[in-house]
Formats: sequence, C-alpha cells, structure tokens
Amino acid sequence: MQIYLPIADLPVNIFLILAMGLAVGFISGMFGIGGGFLMTPLLIFIGVTPGVAVASVASHIAASSCSGAISYWRRKAIDPSLLLILLAGGVIGTAVGVWLFTMLRALDQLDFVIALSYLTLLSLVGALMVSESIRSIARTRVGKPMILRRPGSHAWFHGLPLKFRFKRSMIYVSAIPVWVIGFIIGFVGAIMGIGGGFLLVPMLIYLLRVPTATVVGTSMMLTMVTMASATVMHAVTNHLVDAVLAMILMVGGVIGAQFGARAGHRLSGEWLRLLLGILVLAVGLRFAYQLVLSPGDLYSLRIEETAR
Amino acid sequence: MSPRGIAAALAAILLAMPCGAAAAERLVVSLSHHRVLVTSSFAGTEVVLFGSIERDPATPARRGYDAVVTVTGPRDTERVRRKERMFGVWVNAQARSFIDVPSYLYVLSDRPLEAIADNETRRRLQIGFDNFLLPQRIGTDIGDVVRDDPFRVAFLDLKQEHGLYREADNAVTLLTPTLFRADIPLPSNAPFGTYEVDIKLFADGALAARATTALEVIKVGFEQLVADTARDHGFWYGLALAFLALLTGWFASVVFSRD
Repeated sequence: MQIYLPIADLPVNIFLILAMGLAVGFISGMFGIGGGFLMTPLLIFIGVTPGVAVASVASHIAASSCSGAISYWRRKAIDPSLLLILLAGGVIGTAVGVWLFTMLRALDQLDFVIALSYLTLLSLVGALMVSESIRSIARTRVGKPMILRRPGSHAWFHGLPLKFRFKRSMIYVSAIPVWVIGFIIGFVGAIMGIGGGFLLVPMLIYLLRVPTATVVGTSMMLTMVTMASATVMHAVTNHLVDAVLAMILMVGGVIGAQFGARAGHRLSGEWLRLLLGILVLAVGLRFAYQLVLSPGDLYSLRIEETAR
Repeated sequence: MSPRGIAAALAAILLAMPCGAAAAERLVVSLSHHRVLVTSSFAGTEVVLFGSIERDPATPARRGYDAVVTVTGPRDTERVRRKERMFGVWVNAQARSFIDVPSYLYVLSDRPLEAIADNETRRRLQIGFDNFLLPQRIGTDIGDVVRDDPFRVAFLDLKQEHGLYREADNAVTLLTPTLFRADIPLPSNAPFGTYEVDIKLFADGALAARATTALEVIKVGFEQLVADTARDHGFWYGLALAFLALLTGWFASVVFSRD
C-alpha cells in the first residue's frame, strides 16, 4: 500500500517502513540500544533525504527508549542525580547540534557531514567493539576467566572540582565530565539522528565507572529526553520532521523491540557485542562506499524557498 | 467545463486584446477544471484545455494555425548543487540559486517549436526551455545565462527527471482548423498553488493571438494538514509528536509488560 510522506515528499510502501521499524526495533531490543544508527541510514538508502531522516528518527528513538526507560524506572535501575547532570549537558548539546545542522543545511554540506560522521564514528566504534569482543571470546575459550577491569587508577578528570556523590551508582566523581558526556551525546545525536546509547554506555562504564546496574536505565532515560527535545527543536528550526514517517516507525519499533529483548536473553554478552560490532562496522563501511563512489548525477536540487 | 471558466477566459482575452487589431483572430479558451484537488491517493491527473479561434470577415486567409501552451506553476527559489571529488570523497562544491523560477513548466505545442516560429520570435516571446527566463544569482547580480551553462542544463534536466518540466510538441491537437485541444498533465508531485496557462496562437510563423487563463492545485486531506502544521506551527507540531512518541513507548511497556 503506497502512502505519501508529506514532509519527505516521497511516496513509500507503508509495509516497507513498518518492516524497517520492526527489524530495527528487534535489533534495538536485542542489544538494548536505540537503533538510530541503523534507522537513519536505512531511511537514507530508500531515498529519504538525510535531513528528514535525522529529524524524523529522533521521535522514533524517543518512543523506543521510552518503553525501556519505564521498565528500568520501575526496577529503580536509574540514577536520578547522574541523569539530571547528563541531561543538563544533553539538552544544551542537542540545541547546539540542531543549530549546526541548520547551518550545514544552508551551506549545502549537511548530507556530506552526516555521511562523514557516520563513516568515522561507526567504523571506529564498530572496529573497537569487534576486536574487544573477539578478544574476550578467545579468552573464555582458552579457559581464563574474563578479568572485569575496574582499576583504582585515576584518570586526569578525576581531579576536577565540583565533586559529587552519585548515591545509587555508588561513584564519587566531578560533575564536569558527566556534563561533558551528556553534551557530546546530545550534540552527536542531533546531527546524526542517533540516540547515542552505543556511545554513552561504554563512556559511562569505562570513563565514569558507573556500575552495570544503573548504566543502561540511565542511558535510556537520557536518550528519551534528548531525542524528545531534538524532535521539538528540529520541528521548530528546520520543519523537517515527518510525523507520518515517524509514527509508522514508532509502531514497528516498539513491537520489534519487545521480541528483540526476548531473543537477546538467549545470547551471551560477548557474542551480542560481536554481532553489534559487526553491524555498526558494516553501516560505517556502507557510508564510506557511498562517499567514495562516483555519484550517478553530479547535480542535485534543493528548494530554497517556496513562494506560497 | 464550467461556464465561469469560459467567462473568465473570455474576460482575459478581452483585456489582453491588442489595440486596433481589428483584423486579427480572437482566441477563446476554456479549461476542463480550474481547481485540482490533491488527496493522499493522488496519482496525477490531466486538465484539458480547449481553444477556439474566432475569425471575422476582415481576417486575412491563413495557411494554418499553431498553438503553443505554456503552463507555469507557482514560483520558488531552487538551488542546484554540483558534487566534486575532494580528497577522494564527493562533496557538494558549487551551487547556484535560481530565483523565482516556476516550480512547474510545461510547454505544449502541436509541432516542434522550431517549425512554428523562427528563433527571434521564439526568443522574444520566451517560447520553449531555451528561451524561458531562468534567472540565477551570480555574485550580487541576478540574470539569466547562456543556454548551455552547465547549471542551467542541470536544472532543466533535474526538473524534467522529477516530471515537473516538459516540452511536448505533440500535446496540442487541432481538432478542426479553428478548434484545438491541449492536455496538460499534472504529475503526482505537482506543487500546489496557482498555475498560469498562457496560450499563444501562431499563423504563418507570427503571433496572431494570445490568451491566458489559470488553474489552481490545492492539496487536501491529512497529509496536507501535516505539512501545513509542520511549516506554520513547528513548535506545537514537534511537541505533539514528541508527546506521541512517549505515549507510544509507554503504551508498549504496558501492553507487553509481564509483571
């Protein structure tokens, strides 16, 4: 069944979009991520302009992280004070990201910057994840138990002022690196149309040493709020949010996520990380291919202003 | 055919009549629709234009008539970007803005334009893509450029690819020597707004009469509501969607929760 996407200005098959929502929702439920890094590229590949894709996916991620965040909230697996400081950075980061997005669009470089950011970030994170998980799988094969590294050595940012005790996470760190991490996630999310869960969780674990008990729930809550505010900001500044597209994605996404979460329980952590790493790397390489390949048409058209 | 349409067309002709052209032909035109409603299932349509050539006894004998129908959609400013390879990757390097150009431009005729009138006449009357004014912003100046300017060519190509520009030299049919019909196709992506229809009648290579009329493309339905709201009330639109997203997530957690 063909429907017309009013903002993307594109007729699409409603079942294709729904299936994409389901598939990405499945993966996001399985790995406990928002899935934006898959959804945005998929939309771009079916012909939605990168700008509309990024702006519309934000609300989709808000929906899928909301259902996860609620269940973590019920289990008290969210650290409210950590969340508040992350949010303070996240909302400002999102605003700066949306501003840069608008600037790049005016300079005709938005599509390029989106593709380049995907290429660098995903290839890097994907390669790291793959190598790390292969090493840990190899270690378990050999028989040596995984050493859960939580060394006491302090990084430079542990000496920063404004120290704060995060009770539920049982950590004692400066609020500054927490705020900065929130800012980075908000900023990157607004430009790339990703929730940033796959960046935030490792950052919180490895840099701030947040225990696994609170990390995923807090990350989901942050994603939910930054992506909901990104939706509003993209709608106000760029008018690129396609509500019809977003709604179909949301419905598919939340259903898929439930099944994905169940499938995810059957796989061990290392294998999950390896699979996710391969997936992330593949999307990154797909962007590399697109940037290097000679385009079919050198010219493209953009309507600057409509005389209505 | 609506009687009002004919009346409007007639009025337009009377206004456009050249002074003292007693011997010339008069052109009466009428459109099958003056309003095209675009709904979500709109797959394009055709508006039919009928034109009647009125002669009086003083009109000199002609060997035959040709009609050129130029339909221009609402005007906007469009930007053509050109990719170039930089450090191994393709980047939008150059761009030109086309100022106040028709979003839709169809030039319909009964014969190839070159056969209807000579270059000079076509240039003066802006007939066909080659002669239509497509002003670009070049530095601080605004003006049209040479016909084979790569950006102008690319602009015409892209618009034709989107089905919004077309030159068709078989779209006008002379039913009788003094009655013709033209089919104006409106593709599914036709921009909404007012379309001006300009009909030029040629006799022996010279302009004999001219008439104008207009039609309106109005988008209706849910999709249009969404597009209008997104443009005019961005904040509330975004807020509503964000709220809906959270509601969807909450709903899913309620429906699927096992505890």
